[in-house]
Amino acid sequence: MTGQRTATATLADPAPAVPCLYRVASRREDTSDTVTVELADPDVPVPAFAPGQFAMLTALGVGEVPVSVSGLGDGGGGRARRLEHTLRAVGAVTRALCAVQPGGLIGVRGPFGAGWDVPSAAGRDLVIVAGGIGLAPLRPVVLTALAHRSRYGRIVLLAGARTPADLLYAGDLDPWRRAGVEVAVTVDRAERGWSGEVGLVTALISPAGLAPGNSVAFVCGPDIMMRVTADALAALGIPADRIRVSLERNMRCGAAWCGHCQLGPLLLCRDGPVVGYDRAAALMRVREL
Amino acid sequence: MHPRGDSVPQPPGDPVVVDADALAALFLALGGRGYTVVGPTVRDGAIVLAELASAAELPFGWGAETGAGRYRLRERSDTAAFGHSAGPQSWKSVLHPARARLWSADRAAGRVTAGEAAAPPRYALLGVRPCDMRAIGILDQVLTGGRQADPVYRGRRDGAFVVAVECTEPGATCFCASMGCGPGVESGFDLAMTELADAAGHRFVVRAGTPAGADVLADVPSRAADEAVIRRAGAAVDEAASRMGRGMPADGLADLLAGSRESPHWDDVAARCLTCGNCTMVCPTCFCTTTEDVTDLSGEHAERWRVWDSCYSLDFSYLHGGSVRTSGQSRYRQWISHKLSTWHDQFGSSGCVGCGRCIAWCPAGIDITQEVAALAGLRDAEKAAQEKAAQQKGQER
Repeated sequence: MTGQRTATATLADPAPAVPCLYRVASRREDTSDTVTVELADPDVPVPAFAPGQFAMLTALGVGEVPVSVSGLGDGGGGRARRLEHTLRAVGAVTRALCAVQPGGLIGVRGPFGAGWDVPSAAGRDLVIVAGGIGLAPLRPVVLTALAHRSRYGRIVLLAGARTPADLLYAGDLDPWRRAGVEVAVTVDRAERGWSGEVGLVTALISPAGLAPGNSVAFVCGPDIMMRVTADALAALGIPADRIRVSLERNMRCGAAWCGHCQLGPLLLCRDGPVVGYDRAAALMRVREL
Repeated sequence: MHPRGDSVPQPPGDPVVVDADALAALFLALGGRGYTVVGPTVRDGAIVLAELASAAELPFGWGAETGAGRYRLRERSDTAAFGHSAGPQSWKSVLHPARARLWSADRAAGRVTAGEAAAPPRYALLGVRPCDMRAIGILDQVLTGGRQADPVYRGRRDGAFVVAVECTEPGATCFCASMGCGPGVESGFDLAMTELADAAGHRFVVRAGTPAGADVLADVPSRAADEAVIRRAGAAVDEAASRMGRGMPADGLADLLAGSRESPHWDDVAARCLTCGNCTMVCPTCFCTTTEDVTDLSGEHAERWRVWDSCYSLDFSYLHGGSVRTSGQSRYRQWISHKLSTWHDQFGSSGCVGCGRCIAWCPAGIDITQEVAALAGLRDAEKAAQEKAAQQKGQER
């Protein structure tokens, strides 16, 4: 009986306050503090998560945190669906989650929230801008677009990281380039051997030669990075309602019961985490909202 | 489960009169149907809500005197059991408990078990005031009106039997009439009572709101209510509306707060607010919770508990790296803006019912109605100044 909720929990409780336990099927260390895990279970099917949606992940006895999916999870080749998350160890819970080895248990609730809604961008160019760990929730956007390449125009990925060693999915970038993604990368601080750009991710926008009238932007990173980026994209002429940002606040439940994830009128677990910049801009400007 | 909210059918049967002595029979009728009665009683110098074994525990002859930062019991000149305004607790203590175990897990078994008992407790809520009836309606919307229903609240709410008591004795901190939440009650109850304690005797005019209510009422000695007593009960409630100690502006609260995010007034409130969170604890609609994960010493057994939380704590908005709302200004702004403004965006109604608890139990005596008045005054002054400036500019041309 691995990883099963009891019958009572499943039947009487369609609202999942109770996590399912999944096994870590694979674990990869992306950077010194970041790990990507795939979760699966032979008995309990993994629910489908849309790009941008998140799960509440539990380290047993330690706590629970919201984490966006970082992969499509459908493995292909008849393999059972997996749940892919990229975790950065920044607190007690994420440190514990990062430490779980293959075969170990992680509690999962979800899927929660409104995602990137990639299909609604069909026919347009995709402008994907990531800051640091913000690339993780955007990876499924790239993968979705590549899986349906003909539906979309240009796919432009602009990614920033603190240092070259902090760059996520370094192994994905070349295959993505070969598949037709225009990838540009910048770092805050260069290291020996780095011959690429140094500076803010916003500096990559102008050289990308975007067609603002026909672009949809997907932006994820620290609050301030998203604001500066979204403002720059809006100034270029991309309408605010075609700029999407993924916002983060403290979350305890995922189901709009706990009140923690409020950003003014929004409950981010329900109305977000992905929000149009037309709604988010004014709220992001208020300090301590 | 009893129908609730606006969908409640019109009362089956006519109003009846029940003598105060017959409350004992009401307790028996409820107990006989498996309900644990929770109602008001005097304890530790306040009227609190507690499990009651008999009608004798009700606060006969007690009233409450309230003010900003003030709550005192006072003896009434009559024997009324419900002649008091809101005490420090509300019904969320019963329906949305301060601590609930969500689940437990054993690592060896690889198994998680839901934490609430299979059969949630069945409570009869006795003496729910109209402001608190509305508060329960709001909690229904927040905790069961979304895509997924809160399992703890749903279980307790669905099993509950509600005896409302209309308000005939508002306090100095009350403003339910201006919030449209009282002092009378129209729906959402199984039984509704209006208390009369005068020369003609101590009695209740009682209406059933559901078949379950009518069923209970049939076991309680009663007589038909004549026109005169119905009119008298109605007049007592109407008169209560005119004796509210405080009031809130009827319209524009949501816009006022949404437009006041950068108001200088938050500095003024923060100079007084202790960010203690008392207002959120006593508020009948403040629903926020956090979770606590615990293990036994071996680390093999883990549990998650859900506990009430307050937006006044620093931890509430903690995100890796620090809290979003560090200043007292931002935390008071969050509470009052949520209550009066963003609640509409999130749940389709105000989060305030005008019960006045937050005023009475604030150790600094901060008064939500006065803070609103101050914000409105600042907004109006700013608007006037802008108009004047625009006028002058026009004249210069």
